[in-house]
Amino acid sequence: MPESSDAPDEPTGTDGAPASRRLARFSKAQLLVALLVAALGFAIVVQLRQTEQQGLASLRQSDLVRILDDVGDRRDRLAAEASDLESQRRQLSDVRTGDQAALDAARSRASTLGILAGTVAAKGPGVEVYITDPQASVRAATLLDLVQELRDAGAEAIQIGSARVIASTSFTDVDGGIAVDNVMLRAPYTVRAVGDGQTMATALEIPGGVIASMPAGAHATVATHDEVEVTALHALPDPQYARPAVTPSPAPPAS
Amino acid sequence: MIPAIGLVVGIVAGLLLQPSVPVWAQPYLPIAVVAALDAVFGGVRALLDGIFDDKVFVVSFLSNVIVAAFIVYLGDQLGVGSQLSTGVVVVLGIRIFSNVAAIRRHLFHA
Repeated sequence: MPESSDAPDEPTGTDGAPASRRLARFSKAQLLVALLVAALGFAIVVQLRQTEQQGLASLRQSDLVRILDDVGDRRDRLAAEASDLESQRRQLSDVRTGDQAALDAARSRASTLGILAGTVAAKGPGVEVYITDPQASVRAATLLDLVQELRDAGAEAIQIGSARVIASTSFTDVDGGIAVDNVMLRAPYTVRAVGDGQTMATALEIPGGVIASMPAGAHATVATHDEVEVTALHALPDPQYARPAVTPSPAPPAS
Repeated sequence: MIPAIGLVVGIVAGLLLQPSVPVWAQPYLPIAVVAALDAVFGGVRALLDGIFDDKVFVVSFLSNVIVAAFIVYLGDQLGVGSQLSTGVVVVLGIRIFSNVAAIRRHLFHA
């Protein structure tokens, strides 16, 4: 820009006053100038601060429209994201409750199967059969009859001595006693069965039944209890060859 | 010297008071500031030329501010406020540049 000394309203003194005189009249005019310049500084600072503060008020319409579009797009994106997350959360919580239900069902099923398989202890109402056999005349067949009778009467868990009776339990005559699943038992025998006590007791004591047909020398008494504990457990070996088939529901392994 | 002190005082006052610009003044304050800057640079140039006059400066300052604000106001009323503001800023910017060029020649002889 070339030097333009003839700018229209440039504040140039036209009276050509000497410098000494200007310095002399120091007071009012100088103060007025200082006041104006102070006002300028004040206004600059205020305006700068205002420009920092004001976000949208100073923008033009086109800018505002663009910002509005941006905000709208952003809002749409966030809304979509929120709905995604919402459905995800719902899904997860559904899965979790479903898992919980499945877990509960599986636990209940596992305990049922455990009682059937003899891997968990059981307790409940039932009967206790006490067999005295001083002459060792009770054979394995007698105990098997007893167990069958209990099963027919609805026994859910049976224990003879320290042997848990399950579906695959074997009864073998050995010298001086009976081996129940390789557990050597000797008289007197204590049979505990969880189930409907009255039904089982009736079934056992029926005339011509198991109790009545005990071999000579053996004597059995049946006692009904509100709570019978079947604590003996059957060690369940892992199947060596059998694997679950395609059906995902666990089949009772040992029954 | 006193004007420089005044400038400092004004800036400090603005920093300390932290006033908010009234809504009615918001469109005009930026233009008024630019116009006042133009007057101040013109005053500095006149001072260096040795022809500074208080009265001329005061009148120039006030008229600059008022005219600039009035032009913006008129533009707002006519619906061309932003364009007219741009025009005023351009004109004042050119004047500020020319004044600064003169000041530079005085100070640096270049």
